Amino acid sequence: MTAAGDGRALRAAAFAVLALGVIGPIAAGLAQTARAAFGLMPAIGAAQAGLGPWRTLFGLPGFATSVQLTLLTGLGATVLSLAIAFALTASLHARLAGTAAARALTPFLAIPHAALAIGLAFVLAPSGWIVRFVAPLLGLDRPPDLALVGDPWGIALILGLVIKEVPFLVLVTLSALTQFPVRQHLAAGQSLGYGRAAVWLKVLAPQLWPLIRLPLMVVLAYALSTVEMGLILGPSNPPVLAVLLTRLFFDANTALLLPASAGALLQAGLAVGAFALVWSAERALRRVGLWWLRRGGRGTAAEPPLRVLAAGGLVLFAIGALALVALFAWSLAWRWPWPAVLPESWSLKAWTGAGPGLGRAFLRTLVLALVTTSLALALAIAWLEGEDRGRRGRAGWAEALIFLPLLVPQIAFLYGLNVLFLRLGLSGGLGAVIWAQALFVFPYVMIALSDPWRALDPRLPRAAASLGAGPWRRLVAVKLPVLLAPILTAAAIGMAVSVAQYLPTLFMGAGRIATLTTEAVTLSSASDRRVTGVYATLQAGVPLASYAAAFLIPALVHRNRRALRGADA
Amino acid sequence: MRLALAAALVASLTTAPAQADDWQDTLNGARGQTVYWNAWGGDGRTNAFIDWVSAQTEARYGVSVQQVKLTDTAEAVTRVLSEKAAGRNEGGSVDMIWINGPNFLAMKAQGLLHGPFVADLPNAQFLDLSPGSPNVVDFTVPVDGMESPWRLAKFVFSYDTARVDAPPATMADFVPWAAAHPGRMTHPDPSNFIGATFLKQALVDFAPDPAVLLQPATDARFAEATAPLWSWYDALRPNLWRGGSAFPENESVQQQLVNDGEIDIAMNFDPAATAAAIAEGLLPETARVFVPEGGTIGNVSFVAIPYNAAHKAGAMVVANFLLDPATQAHMQNIEVLGSFSVLAPERLDAEAKATFAALPTAPALPTLDDLGPTLLEPHASWMTRLTEAWAARYTR
Amino acid sequence: MSLVLENLQLTLAGRALFAPLTLTVEPGCVATVMGPSGVGKSTLLDAIAGHLAPAFSMTGRIALDGRDLALIPPEARRIGLVFQDAVLFPHLSVGDNLAFGLASSVKGRDARRGAVERALAQAGLAGLYGRDPASLSGGQRSRAALMRTLLAAPAALLLDEPFSKLDTGLRDEIRAFTFANVRERAVPALMVTHDPADAEAAAGQTIGLTSIGETP
Repeated sequence: MTAAGDGRALRAAAFAVLALGVIGPIAAGLAQTARAAFGLMPAIGAAQAGLGPWRTLFGLPGFATSVQLTLLTGLGATVLSLAIAFALTASLHARLAGTAAARALTPFLAIPHAALAIGLAFVLAPSGWIVRFVAPLLGLDRPPDLALVGDPWGIALILGLVIKEVPFLVLVTLSALTQFPVRQHLAAGQSLGYGRAAVWLKVLAPQLWPLIRLPLMVVLAYALSTVEMGLILGPSNPPVLAVLLTRLFFDANTALLLPASAGALLQAGLAVGAFALVWSAERALRRVGLWWLRRGGRGTAAEPPLRVLAAGGLVLFAIGALALVALFAWSLAWRWPWPAVLPESWSLKAWTGAGPGLGRAFLRTLVLALVTTSLALALAIAWLEGEDRGRRGRAGWAEALIFLPLLVPQIAFLYGLNVLFLRLGLSGGLGAVIWAQALFVFPYVMIALSDPWRALDPRLPRAAASLGAGPWRRLVAVKLPVLLAPILTAAAIGMAVSVAQYLPTLFMGAGRIATLTTEAVTLSSASDRRVTGVYATLQAGVPLASYAAAFLIPALVHRNRRALRGADA
Repeated sequence: MRLALAAALVASLTTAPAQADDWQDTLNGARGQTVYWNAWGGDGRTNAFIDWVSAQTEARYGVSVQQVKLTDTAEAVTRVLSEKAAGRNEGGSVDMIWINGPNFLAMKAQGLLHGPFVADLPNAQFLDLSPGSPNVVDFTVPVDGMESPWRLAKFVFSYDTARVDAPPATMADFVPWAAAHPGRMTHPDPSNFIGATFLKQALVDFAPDPAVLLQPATDARFAEATAPLWSWYDALRPNLWRGGSAFPENESVQQQLVNDGEIDIAMNFDPAATAAAIAEGLLPETARVFVPEGGTIGNVSFVAIPYNAAHKAGAMVVANFLLDPATQAHMQNIEVLGSFSVLAPERLDAEAKATFAALPTAPALPTLDDLGPTLLEPHASWMTRLTEAWAARYTR
Repeated sequence: MSLVLENLQLTLAGRALFAPLTLTVEPGCVATVMGPSGVGKSTLLDAIAGHLAPAFSMTGRIALDGRDLALIPPEARRIGLVFQDAVLFPHLSVGDNLAFGLASSVKGRDARRGAVERALAQAGLAGLYGRDPASLSGGQRSRAALMRTLLAAPAALLLDEPFSKLDTGLRDEIRAFTFANVRERAVPALMVTHDPADAEAAAGQTIGLTSIGETP
């Protein structure tokens, strides 16, 4: 069998796994949801197709506000995240190597959305940490009655999303930057009299865009459909659409499952609409950008806004860091009432009192993360190696397929999927949860691994081939060891994603598979920040430990290999 | 596994009157089962109590209990429903649910419950099951033996005596109190059970004819009965926290707002919650419970068994254990849970009575006398309508 | 054992890169291909080694020692590659790089170790078995890379601008070392270069590739 033929087999296998394991179930889940959206759900005796569910949905009080809020916060957070990530990368690229940046950003990548949101809510609230610091100066004996969190415009929600998504975008951007010679471009541009900011905007941004477009779409889809962050930081009356739908899905009145399903379809529609908006914005910008480029202005005016954005980003990181510290402090607190800046009394009870349940949840989370990440990593490597052997890039449709689970809102297909799995007798087991998590872990592993994989010096496998090494030996003895650092980084990202999964674990595990995240979300309804602090610390701890391993293992294995040190992004 | 399933099936098929032999069959069938008890997981003390129950039933009957922690009880309803949708009529994943009110009504109406089973439980002898007892109607819906009581719930308010001199004395007094202390009180979002109960409490208090509330709500009845409620609420709302435009997600978040100093009044469906929160360090030592004149809404928390539960026998054993006088006394202990017992005191023997009498007390724990009269829950349809009407009026 | 190209032509999107190429390289000889940038010199080497990207298509014939290479995967062609800057595997020590190349017909731990040590000594790298390749000088790296290629007992060698990154003094030395080894092992070698001095030193036939648009 020739190498090309072998590659075809590998690609076919990876594709089959993806089609049967990802596309099929998502399509089936969507179909179930769609049936319910148009009035068909035999289980609750709904057998008449019609537009009733949609009328109910549109008739919900505050529905229009809810949709407006969703679009505003989703698009706002995405645009702001992109601008700040770009500004930070441009300002810090010269000073910050990829690894150093990755290390500094790890805590933000590792901590689940829900935990960060709870920490932020405490830092930002009128009775929160920041106000407690300034209260004595301002002579406040009661917290001001201001909507600093859960404000009706969704500003707190946007900030929370930005703090969580900027690190992801910065890492993706840095990794994309390894694909072309940034320094030469900068030098060339500056020698022509362009300022740094202008070179970044006029020369580097257009080249970067195709490489970060998809991760940005992932951010956009998430921002439009987040439940946890919307619940904790967003407005409550009415809330964003995803929170509204969750309320409907879990309402005592089961008839509301129908409008909830219609809303889930609408949620998917909003995502598609937002993607279309980004696409048309891209086309418009291309025209405007070319006009701007051809005018030849040296763009000195671009410098200050870029700096402001970068500075804003650093302030947000500081607030985010404060939130992480606050959570940890809460886990060690006993009494911590207003207006104390530090806890009145300290205690380890939140840690020791959690009992064996905490240990079990921790262990299960770890096992799930290891298994799903291994599966996702194996599939990703098979896919990338298949591309290599076929000596072809990734078709657009294949790219879209891989990222489908991240682009379709979870709520739109998870409920239908759950019904399907129950019918097949697959629900409620560890296997179903592993599969459901892998669905979301795989795309992130692909995002993390694709660029470094393509950036591998193609002469290495060629040299190995010329020495008589077949495709498998080239993979195992050359590519995988050289790519050890990015592979482990991808694994760490996969672990973080697995640990944070809430809805898939809840639905597919029939609630029986208790992980740190399902426990933490349940407990957060009791809003005991001390217990939440314990869970959040552990939740962040698993991915943090895996990030640490992703840095330490290559450093140890390659301790005598200078060319491989600091080469990972 | 198959044996256990068969045993559970046998247990579910025996609908003969309660006899010692039948109960022995249930015990035999239950041995070795793990009961998945779906229960709201937001209260650490309740979670710990369920762990204790598991250890006890494991030791006595070989039945272990695994709590499936819910964020909202309706999750379990949805789960059973999707199992029914998928045709999984046996071996379902939910064995027992902590339930009442609308969720019970929904499951009962959809035929999602196993039973009647309460009369088969030996410890049912300690319950007052006479007509009109709170143990046989749940939100005016007849229980019909489809769910078994396990703890009492009564709506109460709490406040911090160090910050507030005098809390409102009646429901009507909330309006002037809020006007005097703007932004210092709120209630959970009415999509939450406690938020809805606050509105119901006012409804029961102000309704021109409270008897109407025990019947299903119609448009006309609803408009007439709620009119005084809305005028009261319209006067109250502008002085609520955040100007009445935002509400805490649930009562725990609201309690945290009290601890954070953002508001002064909390509310709860558990009279022992304030004492428990003080013991947990979640409220200041100076927090106390208060109940407006005329009393508050009360109800009973039940456990029910879904029609397709995999471990019905085990679930019945656990439901029976929950009604054991010793279990109820342990539960009523403020150092454990502090929830009032559902058992009828006159049906207990002297030893059990003594155990209850010897329970420790706490400064923030009200006595039954402090709590005043118990008002009946309106028919479940009122709560649904009330929540919808509130949203229609105040959600923009 | 000769490398034969017959009417070899590479096309990209229907456009031929250069006029059909016919060439026979005898064992121990070094043929040189020269030509302007972008004419397809590297693509030519890719085609011979078996790494041609799918966008290109090839007509004509490549044969080594009488075997047609068209359907043979790269690792079975027995064609050694030497790159512009010696591409050593960064995760392996210098010695293990050579061991990677050493033909598997050499059996036994001691025998293989011995063969690698001898090759290292021959390349003036004695005692550097455990060194990190990144710590070698440019000349040392070039010699190690060549030795690694030769240990695989190739039937032909392709040299892709092998000396262009070396400074002048070193260039003569490595050039002499390389060509001496080619002659000694009697393998045919095809070199792509920009440097007329390389062609002169190779002392074999020189082919000038020209873009097909420019041919009259």
